[in-house]
Amino acid sequence: MRILILIFFLNLFVSHKALALIEIDITRGNLDPLPIAVSPLHVDVKSEEYKDIKVKELGDNISKIIEKNFRNTGLFNPLKKDAFVQKPDIAHLKPRFEDWRLIKAQALVTGKLLVKGEKLKVEFRLWDLTAAKEITALAFTTTPSNWRRVAHIISDKIYERLTGEEGYFDTRIIYVAESGPKNQRIKKLAIMDQDGANTKYLTLGNELVLTPRFNPTNQMVTYMSYFRNMPRVYLLDIETGTQEIVGNFPGMTFAPRFSPDGKKIIMSFAKDGNSDIYTMELESRIVERITEHSSIDTSPSFSPDGKFIAFNSDRSGLQQIYIMRSDGSNVKRITFGKGIYGTPVWSPRGDLIAFTKMHKGRFYIGVMRTDGTGERLLTENYYQEAPSWSPNGRVLVFYRETKAGDKGEGFTAKLWSIDITGYNERRLSTKTDASDPSWSSLLTK
Amino acid sequence: MTLKTNLKNILLVIFTTLVLSACSTAKKSGDIDGDVYTGKETVEYLASGVPDRVFFATNKSSLTTKSRETLRKQATFLRKNKKLNVTIEGHADERGTREYNLALGERRANAARDYLMTYGISGKRISVISYGKEKPVNPKSSPISWSQNRRSVTVKVN
Repeated sequence: MRILILIFFLNLFVSHKALALIEIDITRGNLDPLPIAVSPLHVDVKSEEYKDIKVKELGDNISKIIEKNFRNTGLFNPLKKDAFVQKPDIAHLKPRFEDWRLIKAQALVTGKLLVKGEKLKVEFRLWDLTAAKEITALAFTTTPSNWRRVAHIISDKIYERLTGEEGYFDTRIIYVAESGPKNQRIKKLAIMDQDGANTKYLTLGNELVLTPRFNPTNQMVTYMSYFRNMPRVYLLDIETGTQEIVGNFPGMTFAPRFSPDGKKIIMSFAKDGNSDIYTMELESRIVERITEHSSIDTSPSFSPDGKFIAFNSDRSGLQQIYIMRSDGSNVKRITFGKGIYGTPVWSPRGDLIAFTKMHKGRFYIGVMRTDGTGERLLTENYYQEAPSWSPNGRVLVFYRETKAGDKGEGFTAKLWSIDITGYNERRLSTKTDASDPSWSSLLTK
Repeated sequence: MTLKTNLKNILLVIFTTLVLSACSTAKKSGDIDGDVYTGKETVEYLASGVPDRVFFATNKSSLTTKSRETLRKQATFLRKNKKLNVTIEGHADERGTREYNLALGERRANAARDYLMTYGISGKRISVISYGKEKPVNPKSSPISWSQNRRSVTVKVN
């Protein structure tokens, strides 16, 4: 599983953002996506066969993944390849800018690759067609089986160069794969690439599993399992497959998440009808009680600096969102709008809290500032909840369920994403029904 | 001629269906008090006359008069069967967030457990488990099924 990617900069010409003529403002909904031409990567004729990879088609396939990534952002408009005016290898050396401008492209991606000695060598260039110059170039070497990740890393670099924000394509999503009738669901932990490729199942479905969440290095997952009919928080090492129970609690533990430094797990512990929030330090196993209140306190989420915790409590009567210092002091309610609020999740940028809101039988995913002001509802539906942030804090993934008929027919659970602008809502492709998504951080920084 | 008769029959069938469905709706809405389920559908019995479950209002874990009556019957039954242990399963409907519902199910199960204990049943004989919204007894998305799913169920362990 461990993947080493060697990245070195090839010929990175001056690339201050100010010098580029094209850039994208992603702080608002983009109704005019940037026309971009993604040329197939030229496959070097000296390339060798490698396992079952279709080396000759690799350049084309990588460019298609990049295009799909870009289209899914809603910020780019990848142009049709049949209008392309230059062969990939020639364009990669130096494009005829005026010809590409004729097909209304504003940016051009070119590249080439070589598979040799069990290695895949890739380089790409991003061209600003308006300014008629190269603005980013990068080359790297990896194992050929990583070719999909190569496409995601190139996408990230281009996104970063053109938006000024970190990308989110070389990432994974862990979720609960669901199958079977609604009242006898089989649930398994599943992991996939952000674009739906490479799905792997991490549990067999023998017991109910819920709410998986990555640690900051994406190697560990904390989740809830009903193993032996004891609902408890578990820790799973994705690489080795080892699982262990978290702490030794005489009752149900649930709603786990990692602290931003990855050293603690924060979760709820329910006993005698009362749920409170606890942390456990993984190395020392020291357990600390954070809230002590006769109400339900759950769904805790740390701020990225680790100083605060947002959580869900019904101490006012119904579910509302509260924040407190990480030691449990200074508890403050932050939601006062109409309806009830759950599942607060602090943005990785620290500026916003995403949440689920329930009002008059409808469910909303929204964001607000960390003091509860500036509430914006992004999407409304019959049932949806559990937002999780893209690592750059621009996109939320969540799950949505549909209404069921008499016997449960018509029921589905699917993953969806939406930009925090409220635009670009789309369904993520999953092999099965899916819920409880959690987005990883960038796999390669 | 035959066409006419057929049409008549079809109309008759449609009419009867309408009347029947109207009846069943009327009966179902009678099975809810506030939004607590009061009917007998889905209910099973620990022994003759001892229902295994009680129902709750949305987001609530307080026991209704009828729930307390059911639980007193369960307490009597458990006093007579001293060797019997039970698990109380707490459940929520699908109209809430998953994590909150887990806590809510636990609170409901404990409300039932506490009541049994006030009638002399030892806490040692009663374990609780919450399934949140994970195990609906009625999979339909409708107020009636949600009310049937907001429940705590007393299950024999041995």
